[in-house]
Amino acid sequence: MAVLRDEMIGLRSMDDMIKARQLVRDCAIFQGLSLVDQTKIVTAASELARNTLIHGGGGEMRLQALNDGSRRGVKVIFADRGPGIPNIELAMKDGYTTRGGLGLGLSGSKRLVNEFSIESQSGKGTTVSIVRWK
Amino acid sequence: MERIPILKMGPYLLVTIQVDMHDRVAMTLQDELTQRIVSERARGVLLDISSVDVVDSFIGRMIGNIASMSRVLDAETVVVGMRPAVAITLVELGLALPSIRTALNVDAGMTLLKSARKMAGNGRPAR
Repeated sequence: MAVLRDEMIGLRSMDDMIKARQLVRDCAIFQGLSLVDQTKIVTAASELARNTLIHGGGGEMRLQALNDGSRRGVKVIFADRGPGIPNIELAMKDGYTTRGGLGLGLSGSKRLVNEFSIESQSGKGTTVSIVRWK
Repeated sequence: MERIPILKMGPYLLVTIQVDMHDRVAMTLQDELTQRIVSERARGVLLDISSVDVVDSFIGRMIGNIASMSRVLDAETVVVGMRPAVAITLVELGLALPSIRTALNVDAGMTLLKSARKMAGNGRPAR
């Protein structure tokens, strides 16, 4: 699989989060995603960037434009070195929240993308990876 | 910090969101809007989101809060101009916003507010 574009930005403030949304949008347009698919991956990225910021205490976002021969896509990876998620199964449930939000961040963003994976270690941090194909 | 202007149009308030919103800008808007509803004795709020290309769960919750708060203050909220891609994404995200009134554009939203007021108007104390 070819990686056409690969960039990394820090997520340490609300300004970074807005910049992250714009970068994901640019990459989705570059890859030729439809307007609906662009909106889906940008919205998922916004949810996950906010998690990185609020729950992870900041971290990084890595953005890749993929081409696997037959199709093009956008991959976004969010990584923090925060406290980790003790129970991922519970955290993935609709409506589960630890901070008084709506509890749709993880479960909702999973519904908006084609591939979703999450790894978390207590005390070491959390990494979430999403892909939306054209 | 940037702020979102709140315009008075007769008994209604018009809010047009044209910036990529910071969470804090959204919180400030909630506060200012509820204060203006009371100080202007507003009967309705038109929230124009036609320039907004991303509504995530935080912004969605803010829209829901504005509608609930204004209802408690005896003003109706109509959300106007939601883009189709945003509507599809919001519903898939799990945020269908069932208690929110919507209209396709500001004109239709204004008509909705006026008719809601007429129906509720009989016997309602004047402000």
